[in-house]
Amino acid sequence: MAELDKKDEAVDATPNVTDIVKVDASTTTEVEAILDAPVDRGEPILQVRNLVKHFPLTSGILFRRQVGAVKAVDGVSFDLYQGETLGIVGESGCGKSTVARLLMTLERATAGEVFYKGQDITKLSGRALKAVRRNIQMVFQDPYTSLNPRMTVGDIIGEPFEIHPEVAPKGDRRRKVQELLDVVGLNPEYINRYPHQFSGGQRQRIGIARGLALNPEIIICDEPVSALDVSVQAQVINLMEKLQNEFNLSYVFIAHDLSIVRHISDRVGVMYLGKMAEIGTDEQIYEHPTHPYTQALLSAVPVPDPDAREHRERIILTGDVPSPANPPSGCRFRTRCWKAEDRCSTEVPLLAIPERFQGLDSPVAHESACHFAEEKDVVGAA
Amino acid sequence: MLLEVRDLQVEFKTRDGVAKAVNGVNYSVDAGETLAVLGESGSGKSVTAQAVMGILDMPPGRIAGGEILFQGRDLLKLKEDERRKVRGSEMAMIFQDALSSLNPVLSVGDQLSEMFTVHRGMSRKEGRAKAVELMDRVRIPAAKERVGQYPHQFSGGMRQRIMIAMALALEPSLIIADEPTTALDVTVQAQVMDLLAELQRELNMGLILITHDLGVVADVADKIAVMYAGRIVEQAPVHDIYKAPAHPYTKGLLESIPRLDQKGRELYAIKGLPPNLMHIPPGCAFNPRCPMARDVCRSEVPPLFDVAPDRQSACFFWKETLDG
Repeated sequence: MAELDKKDEAVDATPNVTDIVKVDASTTTEVEAILDAPVDRGEPILQVRNLVKHFPLTSGILFRRQVGAVKAVDGVSFDLYQGETLGIVGESGCGKSTVARLLMTLERATAGEVFYKGQDITKLSGRALKAVRRNIQMVFQDPYTSLNPRMTVGDIIGEPFEIHPEVAPKGDRRRKVQELLDVVGLNPEYINRYPHQFSGGQRQRIGIARGLALNPEIIICDEPVSALDVSVQAQVINLMEKLQNEFNLSYVFIAHDLSIVRHISDRVGVMYLGKMAEIGTDEQIYEHPTHPYTQALLSAVPVPDPDAREHRERIILTGDVPSPANPPSGCRFRTRCWKAEDRCSTEVPLLAIPERFQGLDSPVAHESACHFAEEKDVVGAA
Repeated sequence: MLLEVRDLQVEFKTRDGVAKAVNGVNYSVDAGETLAVLGESGSGKSVTAQAVMGILDMPPGRIAGGEILFQGRDLLKLKEDERRKVRGSEMAMIFQDALSSLNPVLSVGDQLSEMFTVHRGMSRKEGRAKAVELMDRVRIPAAKERVGQYPHQFSGGMRQRIMIAMALALEPSLIIADEPTTALDVTVQAQVMDLLAELQRELNMGLILITHDLGVVADVADKIAVMYAGRIVEQAPVHDIYKAPAHPYTKGLLESIPRLDQKGRELYAIKGLPPNLMHIPPGCAFNPRCPMARDVCRSEVPPLFDVAPDRQSACFFWKETLDG
């Protein structure tokens, strides 16, 4: 595991998130009981604090030494409330998928904490971790590679029950799988078919059914509709919204398509190079963005309206995203930012409500990690 | 007219039968004009472009009929060596995935200068100088130093710029761009589309932009051809189609995309799936998914009706669609 290099890293003050109610439990049974307890709607269910994931870079064959680290996620904090959808957007390499894998405990965090119902899941193991994993499920991007081609749909959707037999006893599984197929809008008679007999949209429904099998509370969706055609995308999005209401789910919805994220999310976080640049409600982020990166990102999205061509302001960023192995000092966006000054290269801007907007009762007052945060309407929403 | 495709038909022989990928497509592009061909996967938009370019895999592919008139000549009647002269120097193509389209074991400089040594008979040294010039033109920083680097040393956006440079090398009069920005991030997509539009203006080229992204189309196209199951279902100047679509499929597409500038309620979803090209439904191919379908749609193939000057729709009920 890579050692954390703490000397120049400031940590977000994160006033945006509510205090963590840590729940002490000494025995595994107690922990399990806590994890099974329901959370009220609107209460935080998942609280992420200064989450860090560094992948070590090594050199040498016989004597491997670490020569650096890819700072995929470098201090990210946010809350997920019960019943809401939190969208996470950003370009490739910004760390959004690594965040998903960390929340799923598919990767061990280098530092930081993820509290699920007050329990830090990065420190759990054994039965308690298993219980957490049952409650946090994932839907993957590519419905072509995330389903085993040699298994029938029934086996794919029923596989979670092998690991968690307490959810569905053996004799009951087939019926349960057929129910799930029905829930996601597929014919229950398709239970013996193989993935190749389905279209992309139908496969994604199978992936969603598998995610629902264990009655989870949270579903992490990593680019769930990016591989689908436009007309099928809408079907899957509508299905996911329907399921959220029906089963009272909380979603972390990771995508690069800003229009889809706006459509489905209650709140949105914008990531850049392993850090959260800005976070707020969909109205705050899309209609009142204050971080230059968010503004550039939004202005670059083509809008399906040819009349907007002339009067929409475009911010065209120069250059590419720097390497996460060697991110710029200070603000990570400064190398592409038109507002950058000396201060940006020395002082890491913290994710907080900018001082000048503090106390304002306006959508501008939301967390933005920029020294020169300023409102700018780039979407032209009116 | 720079390029005119007339009644083009392309089939693929497969183990399970013949798949009709393109069933009588007509479109045209003029110099300096941008035509966007919009469609979902399997609509035949890429196959049409490959036929125009002459890079269709044959077999299993077969051009079953039609004409491709380029500057008045029917490309389908040319011999392969004559066709080859047209390809690259008079029309060029930009592909979606630059990493797999570039040769990983040749430096980008070699690949760019190849255009000049093969087509123009230049020496290696002259070709190299031209390559640097091209890289400058597509705004790759430090072109002189980077000309000897290999594709994997460039970022995705840079690679796509190199693809553009390669396509523009011999200053063709027509460029076909097949999903040129689909693999790119949105800020880089904006850079690349900007560059493409600028070079097009400069060289007065015709551009065929193949895409499924209604946003990109609205940004750059002059006119649109919407394809479904191997046919053009609607063709119109860009402003008209977004204002009032004249085909239920176009209408459904426009209503099914979420908007950045609006927080909508539930999305409209076109029901069902695109048809299997081996079993295209009789009548209008869209009829099983169409909310307006009536008996005539199930039995007769709708021709392209003239809706307005320069505007056609392949729907018997285009008037109703246009009004409501």
